[in-house]
Amino acid sequence: MSYLIQGEAGERRLFMGNEAIARGALEAGISVAAGYPGTPSSEIIENLAKVSAERNLYVEWSVNEKVALEVAAAASLAGLRALCVMKQNGVNVASDFLLHLSGSGTRGGLVLVPCDDPGALSSVNEGESRHFARMIEIPLLEPGNFQEAKAMLPYAFELSEQLRTLVMVRSVTRLSHASGDVTLGPLPESAPKAFFKHGGFILDPMEGAVLSAPVELKHALQQEKVAKAAEAFETCPFNTYTGPEKPEVLIVTSSACNLYSLEAVRLLKARERVGVLKIGTTWPLPPRFMEQHLRRADKILVVEEVLPFLEESVKILAAELAPVIGIKQFFGKRDGTIPATGEMNPDRVVAGLAKALGMSYAAMPEAYAQKALSAAFFGAPERDLTFCPGCPHRASFWTIHNVLQMDGRQGFVCGDIGCYSLAMRPTGFETLKTLHSMGSGTGLASGFGMLQRFGFDQPVLAVSGDSTFFHAVLPAMANAAHHRADITLVILDNSGTAMTGFQPHPGLAVDAAGHGVQALDIAGICQAMGAQVHVCDPFDLRETQECLLSLLGAGQGLKVLILRQACALSPQKKGRKLFEMHIDETVCRGESCGCNRLCTRVFKCPGLVWDAKKGVSRIDEVICAGCGVCASLCPAGAIAKEEAK
Amino acid sequence: MDSVNNTLGSDPYNLIITGVGGQGNVLASRLLGNMLMARGFHVTIGETFGASQRGGSVMSHLRVSSQSDLSPQIPRGQAHLVVSLEPTEALRVLKDYGNADVCVLCNMRPIHAIGVISGEARYPEPDELKQWINDLSRRAWFVNATEAAMAMGNPIFGNILLVGALAATGVLPLERSHFETTIRRMVPADKVAANLTAFDRGGQLVA
Repeated sequence: MSYLIQGEAGERRLFMGNEAIARGALEAGISVAAGYPGTPSSEIIENLAKVSAERNLYVEWSVNEKVALEVAAAASLAGLRALCVMKQNGVNVASDFLLHLSGSGTRGGLVLVPCDDPGALSSVNEGESRHFARMIEIPLLEPGNFQEAKAMLPYAFELSEQLRTLVMVRSVTRLSHASGDVTLGPLPESAPKAFFKHGGFILDPMEGAVLSAPVELKHALQQEKVAKAAEAFETCPFNTYTGPEKPEVLIVTSSACNLYSLEAVRLLKARERVGVLKIGTTWPLPPRFMEQHLRRADKILVVEEVLPFLEESVKILAAELAPVIGIKQFFGKRDGTIPATGEMNPDRVVAGLAKALGMSYAAMPEAYAQKALSAAFFGAPERDLTFCPGCPHRASFWTIHNVLQMDGRQGFVCGDIGCYSLAMRPTGFETLKTLHSMGSGTGLASGFGMLQRFGFDQPVLAVSGDSTFFHAVLPAMANAAHHRADITLVILDNSGTAMTGFQPHPGLAVDAAGHGVQALDIAGICQAMGAQVHVCDPFDLRETQECLLSLLGAGQGLKVLILRQACALSPQKKGRKLFEMHIDETVCRGESCGCNRLCTRVFKCPGLVWDAKKGVSRIDEVICAGCGVCASLCPAGAIAKEEAK
Repeated sequence: MDSVNNTLGSDPYNLIITGVGGQGNVLASRLLGNMLMARGFHVTIGETFGASQRGGSVMSHLRVSSQSDLSPQIPRGQAHLVVSLEPTEALRVLKDYGNADVCVLCNMRPIHAIGVISGEARYPEPDELKQWINDLSRRAWFVNATEAAMAMGNPIFGNILLVGALAATGVLPLERSHFETTIRRMVPADKVAANLTAFDRGGQLVA
């Protein structure tokens, strides 16, 4: 039985924020959960999938976030409680449906959990989902600790059903992927029946047809729901104040920044001077509750990550309340006290709070800081991100890079989202030249591929992972095929959504809960669109190179090369070597070879290291995954592979 | 619950586990977190996941306290203990989180960054690393956990050996019985005995 549903109500558990959210959804009695994998959100659906049989849930990894929200909304319309989960970027993908869903309203409780990534620790932007809540006019909750990450879910479902609207519970990396202790609540016993009522009067929210028109009427209704949410938030237990009756500085904060703020107050030993107002209901703010606390201090410091979302809402209220609470001095993003980019941490809050208090703080004695900086400078060489040892992408980009060099027409590759985004960096020979959102590589390539009439004659390639292919490449590929864009799409099929932990996608014969499902054939889909399709094993460097070279010269239209080799960390491969690799030190000629140390200086696999003392390459037997690719690189034949036992 | 101040000397007690993506940081931090929670403490852990794991430097911040609302990121200069699965990573952590009173438990097996492999950067000698780490800490233990794990037949046990070594240093109240109950929950039943052996052999590394 999964850890998530073990133990009795009242017991304490060490839960990752995402586990706490999943547990909260179970305590709320959800029936359906859908999402698309994306760091830092993936463990929520994963954990729910593990208990789907025991808890009678339907859990799916949907093809993309928009469809995930549609799947969850269908359950709500059939009267069930449903959860939808995605990383922030997914909210952008789902946003079109999101706006209409806000207008149409919901039935069974429907909660959207976006997990944002301030500082872009595992993203290519630090976009925010909070603004969507204000833009589409739905209530927004933000847990300020691990216990709340669980407790907010049942609250959000209740609110959703009271107001018949979608509710957003927003997490961030440092809550989703951090762990803290959480007290379990009871798991409800229920057996809801799904039924979609559609025979009632068209404006009946529970029995009529479901749509966002008549627009003005439905929009006004949505604004009434937001006003009711603000009223409910006046007494919400997730809005709390800690500190003296009349602090010098009042910190207004939410989410993980609550924990940093409490830490900053402790570090500055300023408990008598500073109060912390933690807001769990970030939008809409409850005005009377805010009035009561904004009165406390003349100086207000707003602590939040990235854009000044909370700061703006607080300032609007403070302006409206000025006749009763007086004029406040604000510190936050707008005056530069708190940075508006990157993630926050205790030290960044300390710096801001020290400024508001007129204090100074040194985290380290200067002498120690200098000594440690110098040791790290000389002793800790920079560690750039790399493809894993045995990663098929290294071999794929080796070939793509070399073929473009041989072709000589300054061809380039439009990148996409996945582990293979790392091919922007030295580990992928800096092969990717554009990188944006899911599917955008193929969309951009489709556009580049139509520019010949303007003298454009560079070969255009795009890459896509197998999960990305289904998520957002399909429409771009249809566009390219339909317009006969002259491009080559290389599909890096490593048999799963590798970057986020091998979640299944429509190309695989298994679903989130491990049941057998229909697998869609990528090659067949591409052929049906009229593309010329080839399949190679990227570990076979020679065959892949010949195939790709011929495709670049194959004339107008869409060409597809599927490079199929499972990820080195995939469940079917992990820990098992295909080959034992050996380097014959008597054959390796090192710097004098004339190969420019092809295997180490150029190929740069972490499993193959340079022994500077001996002047030869060497296999690191702990790191090497035994893919065997490097054996086909060495011009001297010094690298040998032997089938692993 | 034990009083944190009496048992750990500080509340919160801040531990950083560092290494290179793929070395098993997350498993080690969850294991230690659960062992300390079994002891009655409140535990908060902050991790790096995802893209940052691919061959990059990774850190788990583990905080042990009598209270639960702690930041999952340890403030600069505030580490009490650094457990390093790779020696250069210890220096990287000390630069930001070290102080004159910090203790370090360091596995000496190097993992070469691609800048080192390609020749753009130089990897320091073991003696240089030990000297820097000694200079920047109150007490340091250097162990060859990876080699000991390979002697057991699989380098994957390196992090368990290091947890065993950490328990044997006595700087934290880590009990074998708590290790056993925690590891039983985390690995398949047929792997428990090997993990217990690794824990015990780790203890011998600092004996």
